[in-house]
Amino acid sequence: MNAEAGRAAVGEPYLVVNNVEVIYDHVILVLKGVSLEVPRGGVVALLGANGAGKSTTLKAISNLLRAERGEVTKGSVSFKGERVDALSPNELVRRGVIQVMEGRHCFEHLTIEENLLTGAYTRKLSRAQLAQALERVYHYFPRLKERRKSQAGYTSGGEQQMCAIGRALMAAPEMILLDEPSMGLAPQVVEEIFEIVHELNAKENVSFLLAEQNTMVALRYANFGYILENGRVVMEGEARELRENEDVKEFYLGLSSQGRKSFREVKHYRRRKRWLS
Amino acid sequence: MQFFLEVLIGGLLAGMLYALVALGFVLIFKASGVFNFAQGAMVFFAALTFVGLTERLPQWFGFSPEWAGLFWIALLLTAAIMVLFAWLVERFMLRKLVNQPAITLFMATIGLTYLIEGVAQGMWGAMVRGLDLGISDEPVMWLLERHNLMISKFDLVAAAVAGVLVAVLAFFFQYTKVGRALRAVADDHQAALSVGIPLQRIWVIVWAVAGFVAIVAGLVWGSRNGVQFALTFTALKALPVLILGGLTSVPGAIVGGLIIGASEKLAEVYLGPYVGGGIDSWFPYVLALVFLLIRPEGLFGEKHIDRV
Repeated sequence: MNAEAGRAAVGEPYLVVNNVEVIYDHVILVLKGVSLEVPRGGVVALLGANGAGKSTTLKAISNLLRAERGEVTKGSVSFKGERVDALSPNELVRRGVIQVMEGRHCFEHLTIEENLLTGAYTRKLSRAQLAQALERVYHYFPRLKERRKSQAGYTSGGEQQMCAIGRALMAAPEMILLDEPSMGLAPQVVEEIFEIVHELNAKENVSFLLAEQNTMVALRYANFGYILENGRVVMEGEARELRENEDVKEFYLGLSSQGRKSFREVKHYRRRKRWLS
Repeated sequence: MQFFLEVLIGGLLAGMLYALVALGFVLIFKASGVFNFAQGAMVFFAALTFVGLTERLPQWFGFSPEWAGLFWIALLLTAAIMVLFAWLVERFMLRKLVNQPAITLFMATIGLTYLIEGVAQGMWGAMVRGLDLGISDEPVMWLLERHNLMISKFDLVAAAVAGVLVAVLAFFFQYTKVGRALRAVADDHQAALSVGIPLQRIWVIVWAVAGFVAIVAGLVWGSRNGVQFALTFTALKALPVLILGGLTSVPGAIVGGLIIGASEKLAEVYLGPYVGGGIDSWFPYVLALVFLLIRPEGLFGEKHIDRV
């Protein structure tokens, strides 16, 4: 996995986020200059606590920010060497970058199959091609096929997450921005979803940028990771290195050589660490 | 029995006309989750624009007002104006209010109502005008001879037009790509954006379609009661229809319309005498109120889905 990522990184730039600053409602500074890169075919994890700016970073890339009164005030985002910060989400999806939003956001009154079909909105497909695209999604998510006629609002959380990812797949993306796929799901389901992410990455060469609070799982499936704190990248590295890193273990995995630390201590340590970095 | 049937059928046909107005509400509510208070004003605006055009076009271009093509040209131009209107609404109202709570959008449509009413009367004047679609309001002869039923030809035609419109719209929503996208937008603006559905274009489409429905409703109602400011109140007639049928269902608007139309006429004829008559003006609202208590989402409305 790592060798692959290393090779890709040497090639032409793929998704490059350069020193992006985001302000909400003209006053709230959320990202204070975030830079990151995703190589072609890579799985990159964006880690951090609540409110660190993970979702905002993804939305800054996918341009869903504007609908939330957020604005990229500095920096740039480019995809395959072209600036994409001024594109509408619609245009970005056409170019192959799609976001799966936090909290799944299925169209709850549409059936699972209709949900999937909306994902193909930007593509001009014949009936046969559409059926083929559906089959492909059902191949990865057999559970969705069973529930295809149910209204999405009545399906389980895991099925909704699969529906959201499947819907994105229908757009035939090269790169998926996956926001908090593990949220509110049982551990086995989380595992199942990450397995599919891995499969999509390996077989279809879809690149992923995934924002996760579940650091443990994310670092197992990603090949590179960035750690975000208070709107800044405070650490980055190969997933394996991050997993071994003592600080990460302590801050984000809650492990340490002296056993678990109390929350208050961790927080304090973290704050000091940020001043040093 | 004869009389009962006449009242019933007359009521059902009138109900189709209510349904026609209700349809405009349903369309916009389905696609943007907004209760469009301005729908009644749009009906008025569409009818007035059509009548205004049929008056002015012959003057401007110097052809005879009797010419048969005038109707179609005026209709086409009115449709074009409704599309332009939809575009303006999206550009200057909806776009600014993306992701705002529904109540904010609702308030905006109230403002829009006053704007439309003002502009319509400013453009075409405020006097009451007649509108003749060339369909006479007389009993259908063979029904009268064969079954001794007095059914208005005009009502029948209007109901047929409404029926066709509904069938087309229902198909459009259920089975086309754009229809599906409209429903998706209604469910979740942001998610729709995220999968690449261009919200702005969808809104223009749906407001334009609601505009077309307003034209049809405006012509039918206008030729019945004259094109006048009171047309804006047809919207009020649509409210009980919406409550009965459900705000999100195209067939619901029709069934609701039929129920309201039939029950108000029957109530007027059979219950009216006991309370001194005139109950058809308030009966639908009472019916709607009762319905709200029993089944708030309406007959065909989408249930609010709560996961527990």
